[in-house]
Amino acid sequence: MSTPRKAVALISGGLDSLLAAKLMLEQGIHVEGINFYTGFCVEGHTHAIRKKDSKKPKRNNALWSAEQLGIKLHILDIIDEYKDVVINPKHGYGANMNPCLDCKIFMVGKAKQWMQEKGFDFIITGEVIGQRPMSQRKDLLPVVVRESGADDLLLRPLCAQNLAPTLPEREGWVDREKLLAFHGRNRKPQMALAKTFGFEDYASPAGGCCFLTDKNYSNKLIDLWQARNKKEYELDDIMLLKVGRHIRPAPHYKLIVSREDGENKFLNGYRKQFSTIEIKSHNGPLTLVDGELCDEDIKQAARIAARFSQGREADSVTVKFTRLNGEETMLNVPPMSASEIKQEWYV
Amino acid sequence: MSNYKLDARNSLCPMPVIKTQNKVNELQPGDILEVTCTDPGALSDIPAWCRINGHQIIDTKENNGVVVINLRVGN
Repeated sequence: MSTPRKAVALISGGLDSLLAAKLMLEQGIHVEGINFYTGFCVEGHTHAIRKKDSKKPKRNNALWSAEQLGIKLHILDIIDEYKDVVINPKHGYGANMNPCLDCKIFMVGKAKQWMQEKGFDFIITGEVIGQRPMSQRKDLLPVVVRESGADDLLLRPLCAQNLAPTLPEREGWVDREKLLAFHGRNRKPQMALAKTFGFEDYASPAGGCCFLTDKNYSNKLIDLWQARNKKEYELDDIMLLKVGRHIRPAPHYKLIVSREDGENKFLNGYRKQFSTIEIKSHNGPLTLVDGELCDEDIKQAARIAARFSQGREADSVTVKFTRLNGEETMLNVPPMSASEIKQEWYV
Repeated sequence: MSNYKLDARNSLCPMPVIKTQNKVNELQPGDILEVTCTDPGALSDIPAWCRINGHQIIDTKENNGVVVINLRVGN
């Protein structure tokens, strides 16, 4: 009996990659998954920082998909390599700061590299022609093939019949007749197929897997770059953009004000990297301070933080400001009124 | 067989899993790894990763926001 051909599947945790991998397993292909962690991934755990979301299932959808499929999953940390994709996307950004086409090219290219290192035969993705405006347009799918270097080793099982046969099809490793011809934004065919395979409780179909597609998140990233006067970031920077209220009362400093207990705990882990503001006389949020503050700034920042405490209606709130070097200052300040906090300060 | 420890505190999903995966790749079958995390999601993700990749969970504990997972490296 011949050894089955081996395919590496890009597993995002969404429905399409789950179905694409399943179609290959049905054809007797040995499939293993890879999942890329860019730092911008939307995962249940990020939401779980917030207590109000704590009833959401805390699961990694890519791991869940792999377990449903019964395949191995390799999660690759591409945080550093991915920076160039976000900072200098050759094909530009989508509606927000999402470099979807460059992202897909990069990930397929990484998959090809992994495939070669591990002795696999081809790559599969869950792409569907016309499903997404940037990375899955019919005229752009060949760009992914060409610029990733995957060439005809990239098979898209869900829409393969709409595309030229790839090497796995021409060589008979897979039966083209059993591949599909999905196209467009209609999700019903995928949902029907999921039902035939008995997949339930899969992650929300299509999109929403990357914070860079989110307008509010993108605005915070742009603000970060503007404040630093250069396009660069570290993992902590982009993690913190997911958490708290971000308020920039002046160009040289920003406050990250936790919204509830879960965020308080998360921000607490950054005490050694930021100056902090704590409310001592009332229950209130932990606030991180990004930037250097003079005495007037400290007073202003303390009044803003007090606004988000339970002392917001009090005449005076006691606040502790702790500098990065550990030096502490206690202040009694009147909380800002809602109208004093300018709308344009909210990032 | 040896015992190892991994500190994955203050990192969010999926970093605890990636750190576990990378550490396990350095170990031998039968080695024991104790992973300490603060992301409660690790309680579901690290066992899921172990099931998928053939490693055995020995026990899991959660106390005051800290999760400790002991696993035995598979073949």
